[in-house]
Amino acid sequence: MTPTSSGDVVRRGLRVLWMGIREQPRIFGIALAGSIVFSLLIVTTAYVVGAVVGEVALPAIESGRIVTSSLVLGMGALLGLYLLRMVSMATRRIGAGYMQYRLQASYRRRVTRRYLELPMAWHQRHATGTLLSNANSDVEATWFPIAPMPFALGSVVMLIGALVSVLVTDWVLGLVALGLFPSLLLLNIVYTRKMAPRQAHAQQLRAEVSAIGHESFDGALVVKTMGREEDETARFQQRAEQLRDALIRVGRLRGMFDPLLEALPHVGTLVVLLVGTARLQQGAVGVTELVSVAYLFIVMAFPVRAIGWVLAELPRSVAGWDRVSRVLSATGQMPYGEVELHQRPEPATLRFDRVGFAYQDRPVLQDVSFTVPAGQTVALVGPTGAGKSTLATLAARLMDPTTGRVELDGQDLRDLSAASLAQTVALVPQVPFGFDDTVRANVALDRAGIDDARVWEALRLAQAEGFVAALPEGLDTLVGERGTSLSGGQRQRLTLARAQAGRPRLLILDDATSAVDPRVEAAILAGLREQGTTILVVAYRRATIALADQVVYLEHGRVVATGTHAELLARVPGYANLVTAYERAEADLDRLEWQEQLPERATIEVDASANGLEDGVEEVAEDTAQEAPEVRR
Amino acid sequence: MTVTSPAATGTGGLPERSESILSTVRRGLALSPELRTGLAGTIALALVWTVGRVAVPVAIQQGIDRGLQAPGGPNLGLVGTVVVMAVALLAVTTVCGYAMMVRLFTVSETALTGVRVRAFRHIHDLSMLHQQAERRGALVSRVTTDVDSITQFMQFGGVMLLISFGQLSVAAVVMTIYSWQLTLVVFAAFIPAAFLIRILQQRLADAYGVVRRRVGEMLAAIGESVVGAQVIRAYGVAGRTARRLDHAISGYQQAQQRAQRMSVASFSVGELAAGLALSGVVLVGVMLGVDGSLTVGQLTAFLFLVNLFIQPVQMFTELLNEGQNAVAGWRRVLSILDVKPDVADPAVTDPDGGQRLPSGPLSVRFVDVGFAYPGSATEALGDVNLTIEPGQRVAVVGETGSGKTTFAKLLTRLMDPTRGRIELGGVPLTRVRFDALRSRVVMVPQDGFLFHASVADNVRFGRPTATDAELELAFTELGLSDWVASLPEGMHTQVGERGEALSVGERQLVALARAYLADPDLLVLDEATSAVDPATEVRLQRALDAVTRGRTTVTIAHRLSTAQAADEVIVVDKGRVVQRGPHAELVRDPDSVYAWLYASWLEQTRSTA
Repeated sequence: MTPTSSGDVVRRGLRVLWMGIREQPRIFGIALAGSIVFSLLIVTTAYVVGAVVGEVALPAIESGRIVTSSLVLGMGALLGLYLLRMVSMATRRIGAGYMQYRLQASYRRRVTRRYLELPMAWHQRHATGTLLSNANSDVEATWFPIAPMPFALGSVVMLIGALVSVLVTDWVLGLVALGLFPSLLLLNIVYTRKMAPRQAHAQQLRAEVSAIGHESFDGALVVKTMGREEDETARFQQRAEQLRDALIRVGRLRGMFDPLLEALPHVGTLVVLLVGTARLQQGAVGVTELVSVAYLFIVMAFPVRAIGWVLAELPRSVAGWDRVSRVLSATGQMPYGEVELHQRPEPATLRFDRVGFAYQDRPVLQDVSFTVPAGQTVALVGPTGAGKSTLATLAARLMDPTTGRVELDGQDLRDLSAASLAQTVALVPQVPFGFDDTVRANVALDRAGIDDARVWEALRLAQAEGFVAALPEGLDTLVGERGTSLSGGQRQRLTLARAQAGRPRLLILDDATSAVDPRVEAAILAGLREQGTTILVVAYRRATIALADQVVYLEHGRVVATGTHAELLARVPGYANLVTAYERAEADLDRLEWQEQLPERATIEVDASANGLEDGVEEVAEDTAQEAPEVRR
Repeated sequence: MTVTSPAATGTGGLPERSESILSTVRRGLALSPELRTGLAGTIALALVWTVGRVAVPVAIQQGIDRGLQAPGGPNLGLVGTVVVMAVALLAVTTVCGYAMMVRLFTVSETALTGVRVRAFRHIHDLSMLHQQAERRGALVSRVTTDVDSITQFMQFGGVMLLISFGQLSVAAVVMTIYSWQLTLVVFAAFIPAAFLIRILQQRLADAYGVVRRRVGEMLAAIGESVVGAQVIRAYGVAGRTARRLDHAISGYQQAQQRAQRMSVASFSVGELAAGLALSGVVLVGVMLGVDGSLTVGQLTAFLFLVNLFIQPVQMFTELLNEGQNAVAGWRRVLSILDVKPDVADPAVTDPDGGQRLPSGPLSVRFVDVGFAYPGSATEALGDVNLTIEPGQRVAVVGETGSGKTTFAKLLTRLMDPTRGRIELGGVPLTRVRFDALRSRVVMVPQDGFLFHASVADNVRFGRPTATDAELELAFTELGLSDWVASLPEGMHTQVGERGEALSVGERQLVALARAYLADPDLLVLDEATSAVDPATEVRLQRALDAVTRGRTTVTIAHRLSTAQAADEVIVVDKGRVVQRGPHAELVRDPDSVYAWLYASWLEQTRSTA
């Protein structure tokens, strides 16, 4: 935050808060009312204390005689005052807290709804870690200053009330207040202004220290085998020491302002004592007034700090809101059509008609045309980056083609209703994704008409019946829970069963059996073919490819050749080369042996801090991506 | 608030000891002695600072009793003197406050930066097995957020604690001097309140625990909806996901609100106690005053002093939450430092500082070597007895999971064998100093990890002192100058995070250049087989030839063509070395494992041949 724009930040921050207030006017009103009452009670307390000293204690002690009625009145007033203070403070704190939590929850719901609505193409452009922190720490930061807001506004009322009351009491003491109050406010504002850039700098360094930690531990093997621990430690230490210095600078500023902010009202009180004595000599004020004003200066110092708290949090709030509103205002709707396909059991026909797709202006697919006839199995083959997965996602309408059309039984996918599409097509993605729920829920996903019998049938077809039956609680076993040993291959079969449970008329397998033993894979494919489902399969293994009726060979986003496996092997050198390279790549599984001790992980684990550090949040994506396959012959 | 998953706290990963708060703090302080030595001075300064807080009440008392009530009317001069003295005192205590803060920040930040750096180094010193037992994010938290939670407590909760302690003591002393009876009245109001708050706190701590759990659940639900975006769309289950999200978000909100209600309750108790104390002081004070044992000024001073009790009592709840976080963070940092590196550097552990390696290409000898992963009953590799002559190029082949990678890990001492011994150049591997070992034995892993820096910086990782000219020479010798020249900024091209700006094959080229520059005498290669483009493949092959020339080389071979070219082949099957010899010799036995591997290799590659 540059100093020149800080006024702008305050304006924008207050605008964000105003938006929150308009959304929760009732609870804000309650909190504000509590706060104003509390603030006025603080001023009142000072005058009651003054009166008790001047009107009750002084006469009694001077005369040596207690006037019971006035003593009881004084005591009752104090006790009543503090009971009221207690109630009003509780009202403010609960109201302000509830408001903050409600706003946070409400915006979290909006952001996550938006995530569900936005198309896949949008998701692909945003890192998981960023999306997580948008919904969590950014929302939190946005509404952070709303909690002290009622207190701060109440304090403004208190300042005015206090000033007026002192001026009414005595104009000379009023002048002291006129000098003290603005300087107290000013000191708070200066403190906030000076602190903001230092905090931001420290925060930046925190992120850098964490980034070095991530990278260095990521490359731990290289560091170790090259014997570079010393140098890495030095690199880390350098940044850690910069962070230390930055934090000490923060501490210096705090050390300067905290005691000063505390001392200022005390000095004010002492000035009141001196000036008050002079006025007393002149007969302008009594002991009551003198003690009242002195007491007032002491007790009002703390609430004034609340104004500083709000101001201090505004830059973070604005930054958080910028990121949150970017999600809320993100465009890229992918509306569904109205057309319902017939709910017949026959397999569907899929047709790509001159399909082109560009990702951020970079062409991924060009002029792709082919048909997957009803009931047939077509394998998509091609080198990495040829566009196979893109084709798979287009077929399931997770994205729309840039040019051309994708048809299902002659209907453009874009015209189909969401429900019809989900009933007809099932995609099994590359990386098996398990919800943190039971096996049953993972397969059925609360879809209508999927009972336990259907679930078991689907598991059988996915060759998953055996291991699910062996799980401690069968279908009720939580797959997300850490420790239940679902291997990568088992999870792939579970997601396959999920697809099959819906009895789709077109099944798209995006390299969905990579971690399954080849023999099991062959059994799965054979079972699926017997069902007569139309299958589009992105395949790497020669055995898988050989099972297909047709092979579509892609290179650089274009269809190079179409035919049977044997035809292409004989006719297309690039294809032959690639298919054998895949065989060799099987040996890549050895690489995973480096990680074989790693426990399997199905849950999403998050290790984030409320400071908004995005540390560790990206783990979510990586943990799900790094599944060790279970192939161990 | 730090949210930690079970994994981050170490369940299933490295052991985390459960220990008392006291023991954690004691061990934590032992780790950073500068904290303890800095503490005495800081406490002294804090005490002086808090003396400032009684300046006003005392001045009021003096001003009223000796100034206003002076015989013969108000004495302005005397009040003036009192005020000047009080202001002077405030000036001194304010400066002490500043000094205390600066000291506290300096001491705590310095001490904990030391802990941060030490933990960082320690994590690198742990063996690969230990490193992989924890998630990387959890390891990073040990050197970031966990340490932050300690300093944050010291600088906020800690300051509060010091000040509260100081101002309560100072106020108590002043009050007792004025009137012990009235002091009892104040304590009578605040001590029950403190007990009540203590009880509330127990429940508040539970409420905060629920908040922490709920935030974890909410983050998990959000993560699920983001990571599973594809599946949610493909199966049309957005409604179901939205319900789960709402449930988790509301759960968190309700937990927060519950904690807020409880913290308000304990704040209210403080306010109530203040009301009781004030009215009690008025009642008893007036009675004492009428008796002549208390002055008006003293009574007024009491009314001011009661305020000093409210804040400490109320703030205690905040302290509790922060303190719990700090102790948990400290415990996690300590627990990682507690893990003894199981593969230790003899330069540190051996009394004689370990041994160096003889110069020139190194021989390798395995004697009865066996290795089992922790918790596994069967050996991943067993009964290995073999010798590799200096300068020999050896290929290790075998099926997936046969144990050939384990062989490489043992050879480079990423792990120690569970039995038997390994010798390099006649020196037992466990006796070789790490600086000697790492400079003479280099392993090139399959996915050559690159740092977010330039190509040159990454290659220089092999030899930090290398000049640009030496780098260029190395690229030329490896036949890579054309490739380097084709990069947008030559060897100063940035490789991106984890090297992602380069292709997989190109990353391997950088990793090879890095190994070449390190000029090892034993090179261990984990051969890459990922389908790279033909041009890179040719370059890789050429570079490999150059790198391995004249060195003892052990290649974990995935392509049997590599085995064919090697001087000797070691065949591993089911954790045992089953064959060794030159390729030509091994294929002669048609029933052997190697012959079978070779036959299936041929079958796979036939169509390209």
